[in-house]
Parts: sequence; C-alpha cells; structure tokens
Amino acid sequence: MQDILFILFSVLTLVFAALIVANRNPVTSALFLVATIVSMSGLFVLLNAFFLAAVQILVYAGAVMVLFLFVIMLLDLGTEERKSIKAFSVGAGLISAGGVLGVFWSALQRSDMTAALGQPSVVGSTKDLGLLLFNKYVLPFEVLSVLLLVAMVGAILLSKKNLN
Amino acid sequence: MNPAENIYYMLPLLTLLLPLVSAVAIMAFRLHDKEKAGRTSVSCSIVGFVSLFIFGLGTGFHPDKELSFAWVDAGPLFIEFGLKLDFLSLMMGLVVTGVGMLIQIFSQGYMAEDKSYARFFALLSLFKFSMLGIVFANNFVQMFIFWELVGVSSYLLIGFWFAKDSAADASKKAFLTNRIGDFGFLLGILICWASLGSVNFAVLENGIAVNPIALGGFTTAAGLLIFCGAMGKSAQFPLHVWLPDAMEGPTPVSALIHAATMVAAGVYMLCRVFFLFNDAALMAIGYIGGITALLAALMAVQQDDIKRILAYSTLSQLGYMVMGVGVAAPGAAMFHLTTHAFFKALLFLGAASVILGMHHEQDIWKMGGLKKKMPVTTKAFFYGGLLPLVGMPFFSGWFSKDAILAGALHHHSLFLYILGTGVAALTAFYMFRLYYVVFEGEAKSDAASHAHESPSVMTRPLEVLMVLGVFGAYLPIDYGFEHFFGNHVHESFFLQKPFDVIGHNMMAVGFGGLALFVGWLTAKMAYSDVSEDRLPRMLGPLSRVMKNRFYFDEAYQWLIAHTQDAAAKLMDFIDRWILAGFIIRGLHGTTEIVGRALRLLQTGSIQTYAFLLVLGLAATLFFVVGI
Amino acid sequence: MSFGLEHYLMVSMLLFSIGLVGVIVRRNLLVIYMCLELMLNAANLAFVSISRFTNSLDGQIMVFFIITVAAAEVAVGLALIVALFRRKQTANVQDLNSLKL
Repeated sequence: MQDILFILFSVLTLVFAALIVANRNPVTSALFLVATIVSMSGLFVLLNAFFLAAVQILVYAGAVMVLFLFVIMLLDLGTEERKSIKAFSVGAGLISAGGVLGVFWSALQRSDMTAALGQPSVVGSTKDLGLLLFNKYVLPFEVLSVLLLVAMVGAILLSKKNLN
Repeated sequence: MNPAENIYYMLPLLTLLLPLVSAVAIMAFRLHDKEKAGRTSVSCSIVGFVSLFIFGLGTGFHPDKELSFAWVDAGPLFIEFGLKLDFLSLMMGLVVTGVGMLIQIFSQGYMAEDKSYARFFALLSLFKFSMLGIVFANNFVQMFIFWELVGVSSYLLIGFWFAKDSAADASKKAFLTNRIGDFGFLLGILICWASLGSVNFAVLENGIAVNPIALGGFTTAAGLLIFCGAMGKSAQFPLHVWLPDAMEGPTPVSALIHAATMVAAGVYMLCRVFFLFNDAALMAIGYIGGITALLAALMAVQQDDIKRILAYSTLSQLGYMVMGVGVAAPGAAMFHLTTHAFFKALLFLGAASVILGMHHEQDIWKMGGLKKKMPVTTKAFFYGGLLPLVGMPFFSGWFSKDAILAGALHHHSLFLYILGTGVAALTAFYMFRLYYVVFEGEAKSDAASHAHESPSVMTRPLEVLMVLGVFGAYLPIDYGFEHFFGNHVHESFFLQKPFDVIGHNMMAVGFGGLALFVGWLTAKMAYSDVSEDRLPRMLGPLSRVMKNRFYFDEAYQWLIAHTQDAAAKLMDFIDRWILAGFIIRGLHGTTEIVGRALRLLQTGSIQTYAFLLVLGLAATLFFVVGI
Repeated sequence: MSFGLEHYLMVSMLLFSIGLVGVIVRRNLLVIYMCLELMLNAANLAFVSISRFTNSLDGQIMVFFIITVAAAEVAVGLALIVALFRRKQTANVQDLNSLKL
C-alpha cells in the first residue's frame, strides 16, 4: 500500500513540478506550485513526518503561495512569449541539470543504504518535535524569531513608494 | 734584521714613491708656477736616481731581497704590495730613473715656452712612478695595476696637446690597443693563478721548477696570453699600430716613453716571468718579434717625418728584443734593452733638438745641412745614437745586437738569424738615409738655413747620453744579466771585451758587419746630396705600400667598422623586435586579451550567473565526491 | 518492492534538477522565484527522508527551520520584486542587466 502511495505522490510531484517550468502563464505556474506542495506533503506523511506535512500545507501552500499570487496579480503580468525562450538557455539548463544530477547519481550509486531500511522507531509527532525544538534547538528558534522580525521590517520598508 | 739594513732597503722604496709625491705636489700646489714645478719634478727624479744608485753600490749591484706588505688576504687570494730587488729590477730601475732624469732636465729647455709646462712635469713624474711600480713589482697583480697606470700615464702624455684632434685620437688609439693586449695578459695571469695558486713571482717560479707541467695543457696558452700584454705594451705585430701615432706627443715624451721605458716594460715583463714560457710559446714569441722587426724596418724606409722614422726604428728594435726572448736569450734581450734605452733616448732628444732648431718642422725633406748649424747635436746624434743603433763595432749597440743574433744561432733558429741580419742591413739603410738628408747636404728650406744650436740645458743631457751610448756596453751589464738568467759566463776586462765577442761569435760578427756595410753603402748612393727621395721612382708600388705602413691602420679600421656595424644591427634587432615587440607589447597584448575574455563573463544576466554557479557546484562536487 | 532511502533521495534530486532548469530557462522573475522555492522543497524532502531512515528527528527540525526561513525570504524577495517592478516596469530578467560590463 505504501509503495503505491509513494509512486503516486512522487509521480504527481514530479509532473506538477515539470508543469511549473513548462507553463507560460505565471498564475498557472503558481497554481501548479501549490499542487506540488500538496503532493509533497503527502510524501511527508508517508515518511512519518505528520507535523511537517501539516505545516507544509498551512505555511507554504496557505501563506507563501497566497503571497505569490497576490504579487502576480498586483504586477499584472501577462503570458510570456514563446519565442523569448531561447534554445541556448534550454541547452544550458539541461547541461547544468545534467551535471548536478550526474554527480548526485554517482554519489548515490556508491553509497550503501541497506542499513537504512527498516521500521521506523520514531514518529514525527508534534510532541516529540516540540520537545526537541525547545530543548536542543532553542537558540536557533529564538534567532529565527528575530529573523522573522527583520524580514517583516524589511518587507515593509522595501514596499514603500518613496523612502523618505 | 739589522735596523741599519732595514733603513737601507728603504732607499728603493724612496725611489719608487718620490715621483708620486712630486706629481701630487705639482698637481695640488704648483700648477701655475712653472719654475717651481719643473724644479720639483727634476729634483725628485735626481734624488730618486741617486738613492737607487747608492742602494746599488751598497749591495754590489747584486741585491737579492723582496720586501712585501700584505694587502688582500682573503682565503685563496693573497695579494701583496711588494718590492722585488734583484739585478734585473735594479738595472731596469737605474735605466728608468737615469734616462728619465736626463730627459726631464732636457725638457726644461724644450718645453720652456709651453703653457702647460707644470702639467707636463707632473705627468712625467706620474709616469715614472707607474713605470717603477712595474719594475719593482713582485707579483702579477701589482704589476698589472701599475701596467694599467703606465697605460693611463702614456695616454695623458701622448694626448698632452689634447686640443689637437690628432693628438687626442692618437692617445685614445694607444690606450685602446694597450687594453686589448692587457685583456690577454689578465687571462694569462688568471690561468697562472688558477694552476699554481699564487700570483707572486717567486712562488710561481718555485712552482714551475718543482713541477714543470704544473700548468698542464694551458702552458702554451698561458704563455701566449701573457705575451699578449707584452704585445700591447711593446707594440709588437699585430698591435703595433699605436706607436707611430704616439709621436703626436711632445718629443721628450717620445724619448722617455717610447724609446727608453714604457715599451721596454713588455720586454722586462717577459724576462721577469721567463720561467713560464715553454718551447712552443717561445717559438711564437720569437717569430712575432722577428716579423715585427722586419715590418717596422720596411715601414721606416719610406717615412718622411723624423719622429716617425725613429718610432719605426724603435718598433724594429723592440722586435729584436722580443726575438731575443724568443730564442731563449733573455739576458741578451735585457742587455739590448739597456743599450737601446741609451741610444734611442739620445736619438729622440737629438731629434727634439733638431725640431726645436727648425721651429717645430718635422719633415726631413725640409731639413739639410744641419751639421754645420747644430754641431753638438749632430755629434751626439751620430756617435751616441746612430752608430750604436746600426751596430757599428765597438759601440754599445753592436755588443747587444750581436748577443741577440748569436743567441739565435745558438738556439738553432737559422731563419730568425737571417731575418735579424737582414733587418740590421735595413736599419743601417734607413738611419743613414735620415742622416744624409737631415744633417748632410744643402739646406732644403729657409728654416733649415736659419737653424741654430739648442741651449746648453738641452745639449748637456745629449752629451751624457752620448758617452753612455758609446761606452755603455763596457760596463759589466751583460754579465750581470747572463748570471741572473743562469748562464755562467766569464767576466772579462773591458778592453778585452770586443775581442771576446768576436772570438765567440765570429759568424754573427762577420755577417753583421757585412749587413752594416751594405746598408750604409746603398744609403750613401741613394741619398747623399739629393734634394728629393729617389726611392719611390725606383721601387714604385712597393715604396707606396711601405710609406702607407702596409695599410694596417686601414685594415683595422675596416674590421672595427664592420664588426661594430654588425653588432649594432643585432642590438637594434633585439631591441626592436624582441624586447619592445615580443616582450613588452606581448605582455601588454596578452593582458588585454585575457581581460577581454574575462569581460565576456560579466553579462549582467542573472541566469548566466546562475548557470555558471551550478556548473561550479557540479565541478566541486565532482572533485569532492568523485565519479 | 519496498522503496528505500535511495528512491526518496532520487525524487528529491529530480525535483532539484527541475527547479534548476526552471531557474535557468524561464524569463519571468516570478516564475524563477517559484522554481527557487521548488528547489528548497526538494531539499526539505531530502532532509525528511534521511531523518526517517536514520531514526532521528533532527532532520525534521531542520525542515521546520527551512520552511520558516523560506517564508521570510519569500516576503522580502517579493517586496524586492515589487520595488524593482516599480522602477523598471518589467519583470523580464533579460531587461535587468545593469550588472553588465
């Protein structure tokens, strides 16, 4: 059962991701990104990361993508012309992707993962995550809050019309 | 050491340093005061001569001492400043100081009207100091230093009237030709030092005596290179070109430098380091000496300037001396050097007297009949200068020339003997030519008919030299030299001497006399009582070649011009194409090209940057993880 | 067939490459930004899968942080894009070449 779900979700993720890149209309791309995020959250559930799956949908799909869509609507961008996509850049993109992929693939080939199989002993429940977060990782947590403050201030400042 | 003895050995040191003191004093203080300058210089030279003479008397003329002050002592290099006092240096020193003293006294009269009188005497003193440095040197380095000093002094003296272009050029020519010889000399010194570890003559002599092949394969080369120095200084072929031009200097300078002392320095040096030469080197030396003697005599036959004739005669006699060294008769060579100093100085001073009487006219075809107008000069010139030079029996020059020719026979060099005898005939010919044209016959110009005798300050030295020229050989000089070089000959009573010589070397004496007679007769036939030179008509082109000194100067000029041209063109090519073009512009161009190539990367497009970023990442991962 | 760590990582890698292609090929600023987010998500997936297969929760904490930072970054980034759009009136990345030499 899990295998089928894995295949389903991973295929969906990859297909939606490809469609983001291939679509000319930015709004459509944004929507496909939402779909990708949702399927990824499904993958998270398969990996026993329940809290994260929820957070993914709440924060990413809910907040970040909405912000994206707001901006797209604000800027009122039209569709992209087909001929502005040059073959040269496609070639370049494929080369770079191929390169990176090749390196990753060879690294993967040579590593030994048999020990990784097996039943999970931990589950990503909220309680466990919270305990870990507030005990071991409390400092990054606090710093993160400062980061959020900074980001807020920055966003406000940058979107002002005149900076006087 | 006995303190009295110590002071005694200071006498040669005094002789050496006094001329330097005099030169410095004149240059520093007395440059404007003619009389004081002259007197300072002359008195210093007299004191120098006298002190050396006293030293000689005290040691019986056979001292054997070496004073030495260490100068550089750095590991394998030990250079000292020393005085080598033995018969050879003592005799040479006496010749230099004695003849120099007489010439300085003479110059007081000759240069009386010259405005640089004081500078002249300062330079003469400087020259004497340098020359004595060579004479008393006990090691190669010191000798080389003073060698160069003599070169500089001669440059200053030849170019004394430097405002005249020809004089300035002549002094440069002398210096440069000397330099070429000195280069070879230095290489020879280096070879000796490298093989034997020292530059001191005594040490070198011991080294060779102990191990005759100490210099290995370089023996001949070292000998020939050292001879190069003598070639330059003593004007042997092919470096002879500077001596005739050096006549641009004042005539007393020619007398001192080019007759008695500087040119003899080469021969002196050869005798000093005679132990370094092996048979092959000696043979080369002998032939070069012989060729020089012949060439110079031929050139002298057709010259018209009285000083030039004497200059070529000097060259020829120097050739004799070098030939003497080459046939392993250094004693004879030194003997000839001594007698030659006497009579050649006399000839030059006599010529100076003549020139002064003729109001600075030097062409012999404008002179004539001076026998009646300048009797003292003529007598001194003839008896003290000409007769010894041509080898008239019983005069000093006959003894020494004969000794050299006998040495050639003894060494079984028949060719050199015949050469020497032929040159003797030529010598007689051109000297009598000079005598008949200048002193005999009718006056050929106004100046000649108004000539007058020179003042006594000039004629007295002439008379002294005449006595030496006639009787000089009767002093036991030659025995001293032969002893010094290890040949033990008996000293005979001086009246007995000529008969001993005839007895020992009958063939040499006979042919020598014959050569003299032939030369005199032909000169008399061709030149007595003529108003112009008959030889060009008789000999045609040969006469022209002789007059033009066998075109040596022109050949050298061509050679130098061409090599300089080629070198300059090469330098131009290197400078223009390689340095400026290839290296400098290449550097500039390369930098520019690289810059332009790198600039293409800065496209301003974020996506290009992203692409390059990822490529870099892939490459890094590739190297870290590895495929 | 059971899917192990390597399969999840493979998916993550593929997602990353797709995002990369998108960044390099697309002209529109916003779409490029979205592909960037895609690459971040791929990293998230990798973290979570490794965390799952090494039985530790550190990977998931990491993802937590990444999501937070990504949100902050999106806020600021979009503000920047808006400001840029106001200046240049274009969201085409080819027109934004002031860095060109």
